[in-house]
Amino acid sequence: MAKHHVTATVNGDEVEFLCETEETLLDVLRDQLHLTGSKEGCSSGDCGACSVTLDGRLVCSCLVLGCEVGGRSIQTIEGMAAGERLHPLQQKFLEHAALQCGICTPGFLVAGKALLDRNREPTETEIRYWLAGNLCRCTGYDKIVKAVMDTAAEMRRG
Amino acid sequence: MADTFTTTFDQAQSYVGTRTVRPDGLDKVTGRARFAADFDLPGQLVGRVLRSPHPHARIVSIDTSKAEALPGVKAVITRDDFPDQSSEFVPAGEMMMNYRDVVRNVLAREKVLYEGHAVAAVAATSVAIAKKALKLIDVTYEVLPHVIEVREAMAPNAPLLHEDLFTVGVEPKPDRPSNVAKRIEIGHGDIDAGFAKADVVVEREFNTAPVHQGYIEPHAALASTSEDGSAEIWCTTQGHFIVRAHCARLLGMDIGKVRVTASEIGGGFGGKTVVYLEPLAVALSKKAKRPVKMVMSREEVFKSSGPTSGANVKVKIGAKKDGTFVAAWAELKYQAGAFQGSPVQPGVMCAFAPYDIENVKVIGYDVVSNRPKVAAYRAPGAPISEFAVESVVDEIAKKLDIDPVELRLQNAAHEGTKAAYGPKFGPIGLEETLRSVKKTDHYTTPLQPWQGRGVASGFWFNIGGETCVSITVNEDGTVSLMAGTPDIGGLRASLANVAADELGVPYDKVRPIIGDTGSVGFNFLTGGSRSAFSGSMAVVEAAKQIKDDLCRRAAKLWEMQPDQVEFVNGYVKPIKENDKAKPMSVADMAKVAGKTGGPIGGVGRINAQGAGPSFGTHLVDVEVDPETGRVTILRYTMAQDAGKALHPSYVEGQFQGGAAQGIGWALNEEYIYGPDGKLQNAGFLDYRMPVASDVPMIDAIIVEVPNPRHPYGVRGVGETPIVPPMAAIGNAIEQATGIRFSELPMSPPKVLKALKEKGLNKPVTGTGTNGGSGKHKH
Amino acid sequence: MARVVLVGNLVQITGGVAEFDLAASSVKQLFELLTERHPPLGRHLEEGVAVAIDGQIYQDALHEPIAPDSEVFVLPQIAGG
Repeated sequence: MAKHHVTATVNGDEVEFLCETEETLLDVLRDQLHLTGSKEGCSSGDCGACSVTLDGRLVCSCLVLGCEVGGRSIQTIEGMAAGERLHPLQQKFLEHAALQCGICTPGFLVAGKALLDRNREPTETEIRYWLAGNLCRCTGYDKIVKAVMDTAAEMRRG
Repeated sequence: MADTFTTTFDQAQSYVGTRTVRPDGLDKVTGRARFAADFDLPGQLVGRVLRSPHPHARIVSIDTSKAEALPGVKAVITRDDFPDQSSEFVPAGEMMMNYRDVVRNVLAREKVLYEGHAVAAVAATSVAIAKKALKLIDVTYEVLPHVIEVREAMAPNAPLLHEDLFTVGVEPKPDRPSNVAKRIEIGHGDIDAGFAKADVVVEREFNTAPVHQGYIEPHAALASTSEDGSAEIWCTTQGHFIVRAHCARLLGMDIGKVRVTASEIGGGFGGKTVVYLEPLAVALSKKAKRPVKMVMSREEVFKSSGPTSGANVKVKIGAKKDGTFVAAWAELKYQAGAFQGSPVQPGVMCAFAPYDIENVKVIGYDVVSNRPKVAAYRAPGAPISEFAVESVVDEIAKKLDIDPVELRLQNAAHEGTKAAYGPKFGPIGLEETLRSVKKTDHYTTPLQPWQGRGVASGFWFNIGGETCVSITVNEDGTVSLMAGTPDIGGLRASLANVAADELGVPYDKVRPIIGDTGSVGFNFLTGGSRSAFSGSMAVVEAAKQIKDDLCRRAAKLWEMQPDQVEFVNGYVKPIKENDKAKPMSVADMAKVAGKTGGPIGGVGRINAQGAGPSFGTHLVDVEVDPETGRVTILRYTMAQDAGKALHPSYVEGQFQGGAAQGIGWALNEEYIYGPDGKLQNAGFLDYRMPVASDVPMIDAIIVEVPNPRHPYGVRGVGETPIVPPMAAIGNAIEQATGIRFSELPMSPPKVLKALKEKGLNKPVTGTGTNGGSGKHKH
Repeated sequence: MARVVLVGNLVQITGGVAEFDLAASSVKQLFELLTERHPPLGRHLEEGVAVAIDGQIYQDALHEPIAPDSEVFVLPQIAGG
């Protein structure tokens, strides 16, 4: 079976790759583009560790096929910081100790940013339901939610 | 331009106890940090495992010839590639392992003992070829009847897992094998006399379903071997020295020829203290003469790695009218999985540990059954036994009409109390945690109908263990710190706090890393709530060596005797002020290291003793939905004794994380087996762990009753948080509904069924309103 | 003489005897004395026990001193997760 030839944009850069039909976007990001920040926790879209945005929409990259993203724009955790300047959410995660083992952190950051890009004043409940697609086993979510709330407040202050 | 140190040091700056930013944080928030599956080596092969589809079967034959012949397959291994191990307990680090069981768990030999048991493994040039190769391996099974539930496994005619398993701990010794590996008993006093003088006796039986540690990162390992028989392994593990010991033993290698690097670890909670893939990857790599990378799927994690025990627990407590506990008895039956070794022993020891009771007897049974060999899960054994005990304590409180916190305070263990398992306690913080919780406004906030409040306490012993930390002062005065216990959740930050204070250097000049087994001396694994406790002790020891050495060097420079020099707050200085001997900072001394004897460093090598137990008390408000049986956690407050919180954010993090796992264990998590002995919910959709919308903020109160045996007073904290939640929630549900649940999890179908039996449920309304809000009458 | 108590299954090896008064000045000596009295104990003491001396729990601490009036418990080993 011939592979698919795909060009797309990842974190603002044009990329080109070959993939099998059954290879997921997560496989492509990790194995071919060597962007290992997105993690594989379950391969069934239940844990959110592989979260990326696809044309601005939050998705589980394990549920997207590599051959589906031709001509589209993908943002991963690696593209969140602007050079040496962390995104405010990344900074707040550090300040609030919103990570312990860190495996779920890329997914939460991508998901959290996707929320803040849409909703500048999320309530605690809105944050919790938005992030319900991301599993964390270490933190109990308390400090994660606080970090998102604090980031929203800081971004509103400009 | 490199930072320069000023010669004045802010004496007031102390890092221990402050919320510094963790040094490994930037890599983790940018995706740079490398977990085990993020490593690759040139030429690496993909390794995959063939696993048993049957919960119990004899292996008649394994034919790998077709798989070996498939182009792209570079190695196939089976039980024949691992020498058999005799049945004896051998030290593996500090644990005693029966390697006969370990080698059989890693790859089945005579029998497969659970669905998912590894039978063979292949290494191939691609995932597709590896998958195809597995299908080409012919295994002939003779399927046997299986047994899973613990009481069923103990029944006289239950299917037998091991023909050579005779119960240890019963007299007379049994002449027939069974599935009961061990019976244990502890106690003191005379419980019959004790119950005889009780005014109230409550006896209950509980059943808890097995649960999994639920770490988000699946097991993964990458092994590379070379022609002289040495091996390098990168893996996700809580104990890379233990991985080294196991691989060396199983494959007949010198320990010194195996070098293991622990990657960043995506959660462990006890489940990554054993080996699954590592020995297979090494064996495949040896055969294929290429690196082999193996990663478990989520389904494999659930089916093939070690979850915890399901259990049956009976508890009976007798108390006088005034609330004094006079007698306590419990019988625990824990599943060990396919091989013996459930945590029933610590479960037995912890059951009544929070209390001062004159007459105690606890019996435990370690029972094998056809599911994966259980691995440790955060305070192994204690959550189950203390769930049962704390539920009965709650019933006694209600029967005697005594406030549940007051009843616990009345009977609480304190310094000098003889623990249920024997020795007297040193200083402990149980009473402080009870009082902290009672003082909160959470405790007195009024409740609405269908809401309830519950409280429970818990404890873990905590351990110390072998630890080696190496500190080096670099030429520019920065400090490199190498620890050897994988950092699961903030260890590097905590150790850096201590090193910075001990040496009087700014926190951001300390760079902590976790060394591999070739770079730092032996370290026991991260577990047992030991890494911050032991690691910080070793840091103090290493720092002391450096400080003594700096004094000797300065003395030479100043032409004094070493005893005329001291190290205070980051400076060596003469004890008597001297114009010719100006104080020198660590950085100043570093510049002249070569001239004064060579590189500056210290190594703390200890077997840390004196771990202090950590007690905790949890308070929870729940709301039960009478239409769906769903239990919502409204509010959660917890207080736990940390001795001294080296880094408060990560201590709180341990508290909150453990509580959330307990919430999942209480309300939704369980292994669901079909009648065919196969796991029906081997994925995160149906193995339902708490998500952000399932829990509220968790208020964590750090109590500090210093541990006199630690230089900073530290107590381990990681495990205790998972012990109280299930009972606290069960007690809250009882208050909300009048129903005492004796089965875990208290999931919506079970709650609804119990409500229906009592005629308390509400039919689901067509409008789909949230039944839990607003006022309802019972 | 230190008062020594065996906790758990070790009691079965000694035929039910759980308490001893032993003139042991270290954990190592304690194990030797116990094994002298009940030889099958030796293997179990080697296989892994914890020792609590006056309330402090030690593991792998053969040279830990025991005072003449110490209270000593021999316990199963404790680990964690």
